[in-house]
Amino acid sequence: MQRTKFLLGGFLILAAVVYLIVSSTQASAEYFMTIDELNTKGQAVVGKNLRASGAVIGDSIQYDPQTLTLTFTVAHVPGDNADIEAQGGLAEVLHQAVVDPNRARMEVVYHGPMPDLLRNEAQAIMTGHLGEDGVFYADELLLKCPTKYEEAVPEQAEG
Amino acid sequence: MLADFGYGILVVTFVLALYSVTAAILGNRQQAALSPKGMPLVESARRAQLLTFPLLTLSAGVLIFLLVTNRFDIGYVYEVTSRSMPTYLKITAWWGGQAGSLLFWAWLLSAFTSAVTLRKWDRDREFLPWVIVVSSITLAFFLSMNLFFENPFARFFQTSEGVEAYTFRPQGSIPFMPQDGRGLNPLLRHPGMVIHPPMLYLGFVSFVIPFAFAIAALATGRTDDRWTRITRRWTLWAWLFLSLGLVLGGRWAYDVLGWGGYWGWDPVEIAAFMPWLTGTAFLHSVMIQEKRGLLKHWNMILIILTYALVIFGTFLTRSGVLSSVHAFAQSAIGPMFFAFIGLTFIVSISLLIWRWPELKSETEMKSMLSREALFLLNNLLFMSVLVVCFWGVIFPLISELVTGQRVTVGPPFYERANAPIFGAMMALMGIAPLSAWGKSTALTLGRALWKPTLPALFVPLLAYLAGFTNWVALVGFFLIAFVIFVTLYDTYRGARARQRAQKENFFVALGRLAARNRRRYGGYLIHISMMLMAIGILGIEIFQTETQGTIAQGDALQLSGYTIEYKEVASWDDLPAGVNYTRAVVNIYKDGRYLGQLTPRIDYYYDSQQRMTIPGQRSTLQDDLYVLLVDWQPVSALGATFKVYHNPLVNWLWIGCLVFIAGMLFAAWPDRDPVPAPQRKEQRAYHPGAAD
Repeated sequence: MQRTKFLLGGFLILAAVVYLIVSSTQASAEYFMTIDELNTKGQAVVGKNLRASGAVIGDSIQYDPQTLTLTFTVAHVPGDNADIEAQGGLAEVLHQAVVDPNRARMEVVYHGPMPDLLRNEAQAIMTGHLGEDGVFYADELLLKCPTKYEEAVPEQAEG
Repeated sequence: MLADFGYGILVVTFVLALYSVTAAILGNRQQAALSPKGMPLVESARRAQLLTFPLLTLSAGVLIFLLVTNRFDIGYVYEVTSRSMPTYLKITAWWGGQAGSLLFWAWLLSAFTSAVTLRKWDRDREFLPWVIVVSSITLAFFLSMNLFFENPFARFFQTSEGVEAYTFRPQGSIPFMPQDGRGLNPLLRHPGMVIHPPMLYLGFVSFVIPFAFAIAALATGRTDDRWTRITRRWTLWAWLFLSLGLVLGGRWAYDVLGWGGYWGWDPVEIAAFMPWLTGTAFLHSVMIQEKRGLLKHWNMILIILTYALVIFGTFLTRSGVLSSVHAFAQSAIGPMFFAFIGLTFIVSISLLIWRWPELKSETEMKSMLSREALFLLNNLLFMSVLVVCFWGVIFPLISELVTGQRVTVGPPFYERANAPIFGAMMALMGIAPLSAWGKSTALTLGRALWKPTLPALFVPLLAYLAGFTNWVALVGFFLIAFVIFVTLYDTYRGARARQRAQKENFFVALGRLAARNRRRYGGYLIHISMMLMAIGILGIEIFQTETQGTIAQGDALQLSGYTIEYKEVASWDDLPAGVNYTRAVVNIYKDGRYLGQLTPRIDYYYDSQQRMTIPGQRSTLQDDLYVLLVDWQPVSALGATFKVYHNPLVNWLWIGCLVFIAGMLFAAWPDRDPVPAPQRKEQRAYHPGAAD
């Protein structure tokens, strides 16, 4: 009798936790997509929580400090780290993405302060959604810069 | 030369660790036949183990000397220091990178194991060989990472293929000496970041000791509660340090990262949080084993999980480049760590299954509302949070394997899934102290609970009348008040009973009662500290407001009754340190009354081209005003851009941490004279009714 009660209690807890996990996952899942995929899927992913990464094109950066509106364009970079490594590392991939005019590109709009690391050939990781106008509206913007900081080998020498 | 010396010592220590594992295993086989004095091999293993500590200290000393003396030909020194860094930061750069922190881990483990093997072993001698085996295997693993993959002493050599760090000089190469190092990431040059990793590591490493005893108990078949009693203090200290490490990390994020928060549910944070969850569950359920002889299997599972998560956490928190699950495979040591975790886990679980029948509970749980059943429920809740966290971390991997589409979950997932569990934990924290051991019914429990519950109901009522309408916050306020009232009520009851029985002054009775039941009343203090932290967390999570804007000099931003008036901005270089500082001055008014000035700052580090946004903070018990200087124009009418957060009640989070430390020290402080077992029963007799 006691045993059944305890088992029942345990089962209820398990069910509650499974429910919490499943419902929270559904409510807050973010889909990782490359700029290529966003362009091809287009309308199909409008309104979903998206996360995308791209190479920042320096000339396209515009900032209006009055309205805190930031717009810039990103170029497609591969989503898989193994691909990035195979193509010569993040810095090289970002550089290639920016100089290649045939790469898929996408305009990004973000409201907020100008991020510290936003510059040409930085990697932008955006969280937000795709508008019907094909512009990516970012709620969150993370930037990574492969500077000399991340390279393993020093530059200058005394010999 | 010096670097080779440091490396050589690591090699010797590694061999010693392997030797002590072998000698302890072989010695243990002779043990049965010989008297305690005649365990030459185990004794030899113990001495080898004791020798590892001075050796590792020497090796670490060499590394610190190299760090302080700007020896940039050493790869590690180049990575984590630069000429412009002050000496204390050069010393703490020991744990600023992966290779160094692995050595730091090994050094701590060697120190703790030595402390254990130096104690008197008369009574529990059969544990000794196994404790040595477990800790020396762990030590050997960490040293092997240093020796074969991440050598902190590797030097730069120039070959025809370029410059790289090598342990041994390659043929036909010339030594290479960079002029300056890259320097520690400026974000990490903060006092909180200097002590945060060692605290976390102290916590991580201390959990190895209870694990070693658990394995010793399984291996020897002495599966009573002896192993938990010996390691009780270790567990408490481990838990204290781990908790402090987490909290300091939060404080650092709040002070330095400039996003107005303290916890972002990123994988690195979760990696440190998971062993804390299993450790906390362990801490609670061990008491049930000691008092009632229940949950023995469960405790073993918890400590085995904690050990695995500690190793996993060490790896995750230091591998640095962890932006995706795929980063694991890229680090050379990643697969080794996973192999080690997998292997130790399988061996531990096999041992547990082998001893499964011997770990049967001595009694049965009789009632769903008994103290032991509520403790079990508490454990299940901690495990639920663990499952939520683990799911969040591995979900991207699973979804990619199954659907080919990478899907992640962010902070909203963790908050949504965990909030009800945290609420249930709080309710339990209030109910459990008043429940009875063994048999308990809803009636007896209700009789004990109604007194503290009634006043607790007034708290959300008052909050509602004061204008708080968010129901999550109201439920939270009720639970916080409930736990605090129950805890105080039960303490008061205990002290009153002792006052009557012993004819003492109330406060004398209270003091003596607490001093004789350190774990219980230290635990109560910790419960209260958790509630204070909960006040801060509710405040910032639910009531945080923010605004931002670009304003000209003399203009102001408004937020939650505060006026933030931009006064001036100045920018200057500190060239020896390689930093540019930009500091704005703002005047703060509340409802027209002048409160003072804040000085938010931007630090720009030239060598790493990195910008840091340091907030100006005004902190009171009621709320924090958190002002960030986001951007500025030197001589323009546009002025500067500010972002302002209003964080109600967040200070209680940090106050709770101080109370927490006090509670932990009270619970874990060594007794002058440990009470022998027979007297324990007597003490319990002083405690009234439902308790104990």
